[in-house]
Amino acid sequence: MNKEKHDLIIIGGGPAGIAAAISANKAGIKDILIIERDNILGGILNQCIHNGFGLHRFKEELTGPEYAGRYVELLKETKVKVLSNTMVTSLNAKKEITAINSKGVNHLLGKAIILAMGCRERSRGAISIPGDRVAGVITAGAAQRYCNIDGYLVGKKVVILGSGDIGLITARRLTLEGAKVLAVVEICPYSNGLNRNIVQCLNDFDIPLYLSHTVSNIKANKNHTRVEEVIISKVDENKNIIPNTEISFKCDTLLLSVGLIPENELSIKAGIILDPRTKGALVSNNLETSVEGIFACGNVLQVHDLVDNVSLEGERAGISAANYIKEGNKKSKGIKLEVGENLLYLCPQIIKPSSVVDSTPIFFRVKKPLDNCKINIIINNEIVSSINKIKLIPSEMQSVNIRKDMLKGAKNIKIEVIKK
Amino acid sequence: MTKNLICINCPRGCNLEVDTETLTVKGNSCIKGKDYGISEVTHPKRMVTSTMPVLNSKKILVSVKTSSPINKEDIFNVIKEINKKKVSAPIKIGDILISNVCNSGINIVATSNAEEK
Repeated sequence: MNKEKHDLIIIGGGPAGIAAAISANKAGIKDILIIERDNILGGILNQCIHNGFGLHRFKEELTGPEYAGRYVELLKETKVKVLSNTMVTSLNAKKEITAINSKGVNHLLGKAIILAMGCRERSRGAISIPGDRVAGVITAGAAQRYCNIDGYLVGKKVVILGSGDIGLITARRLTLEGAKVLAVVEICPYSNGLNRNIVQCLNDFDIPLYLSHTVSNIKANKNHTRVEEVIISKVDENKNIIPNTEISFKCDTLLLSVGLIPENELSIKAGIILDPRTKGALVSNNLETSVEGIFACGNVLQVHDLVDNVSLEGERAGISAANYIKEGNKKSKGIKLEVGENLLYLCPQIIKPSSVVDSTPIFFRVKKPLDNCKINIIINNEIVSSINKIKLIPSEMQSVNIRKDMLKGAKNIKIEVIKK
Repeated sequence: MTKNLICINCPRGCNLEVDTETLTVKGNSCIKGKDYGISEVTHPKRMVTSTMPVLNSKKILVSVKTSSPINKEDIFNVIKEINKKKVSAPIKIGDILISNVCNSGINIVATSNAEEK
C-alpha cells in the first residue's frame, strides 16, 4: 500500500498541536504535517469567545479565537503542512495512520507522531442521571458551540449541573443572549470553577449556585418531547441524595458541565498504555508514551485549566519529537513516580534522569481543597524539597520542578501534599 | 452600607466586607484585595464578549469584544447594540465593528477572522 511519508505527523490542530509543530520546526524538522478534523485550526479555542487567555504566554488577556489566531500566524511563517477537514480513524504502533476526508481514505506514515487530540465532555450517560430521556439535556460545551459558532440558543430556561469553568462561562453567555439561567448545581461542597468566574458569571447576574446538590430527576413535558422540569436534591458528605430536600425548576434545558475526559481512542488502538488516574497516556518526562516515537501533549494527555500550559506542553512535545527524529531512541532507565498523599495524579508518570537537562516539571492536582499545606518532593525516602502553600484546590493544576541534581542516585521518587 | 464580595485575585478567594461609604475593606489578606474591594463598589468594570452575524462568509458569526472593560451597569446596553448589528466579510481580528459603543468611548472589535465566501 502506498503511504504518504512525513518526518512528524501531529494529530490535532488545536493549541497543543500548533505549538508542537512550531517548536519541532524551530528544532530543525522541516517535514511536518498537522491533521485537523475541523475546517480551521484552533480547536476548542474557536468557540471560547470569552477573554482571559494568554496572560502567561502573551502577557495580555486575549479571547480564545485571538489566542488561536496568534499561533496560526506564527505557524504561517513556517512550512508546516495542514490537512484540515480530515479525521484520523486509526493509528498503530508502527506509526501508520489512516485518515478520511472528502478525497477518500489516506494512508500515512510518520517517523514520529504527536498526539494532540484534546478531550471531550462527560455526558449524561457518564454520570447516570435518573429521569426521562428527552431532548433538552446537552453538555455545556455543545451549548457553547451552538451559541458562539452556529448561532443557536439551546434553551430559554436553563439549569446547569456542574460548576466547572465551562458551566459558569456558558451560564453568562446564555444570559447575555436572553436565556434565563435558573440555577447552577454542584455536587461538591465547594465550587469547581475559578473565583473570578463565580463572581463575573454568576454573582453579576444573580444566578444562584447550589452547593452539595445534584440533579435527582428529569421530567418530560406531556408529549414527551422536551425537558419540562428538573428536580435537584441535597447530598450528604458521601454524595448520597438526602430524601425530602427536593427543589423543582420549571425549565426547558439541562446543561451538563461535569468534567472532561482525554480523547484517547486512537492511543488505545496503537497499544499505548493509559494512566487510569489522568485517563491520558502514561508518559516519561520527555512526553513520550509507552510506544517509541509517539508523544502526547495538551488535553489528550491531561486535562488542563490554562491554555498557556497546553501551549508549553505542546512545545515540549515538539522538541522531544524533533530529538527522536534526529537522534533515534536513546534507551534509558526510568523511575516511576509514586502518587503521594492527597494527590489525584502526577504527570509525567516516569522520569528518565539521563534525559533531564536542567530540571523537569511535574504536574498534579489535589483531591480536595487544602489550607496551609506543603508540597514535598521525596527522593529515596528523604524530603529534598518542601514548598509551603496557603491554599490548594482541585480545579487549579499545580506543578513542581525536579532538578537534575536531585536525581543523582535516585531510586524512588514520591510527591505528596500534607497539612502543616 | 457594607457589601460582601469574593476577591478574585488568587485561588484563596478571601471573603471581603467593604463599607461603601468609608471605603474600608475587611477580610482581605493583601493589598490586592483592598484595591479590588474598593474598585468593585466604586466603579466596577467588565469586559464584554459576544458574537455578530457575518454576511458574505462561510462563517455564520464573528466573535467580538469591547476594546477595554466597560462599566458593569452598561453590559446589557452594549449587548443590545451588538445584537442590532450585522457585518460583512472580510473581517480581520482587531477590526472596529462599532465605534464609541453607548457613548462609552470604547469600541467593539472583532476577535476572529471571517474570510469572504
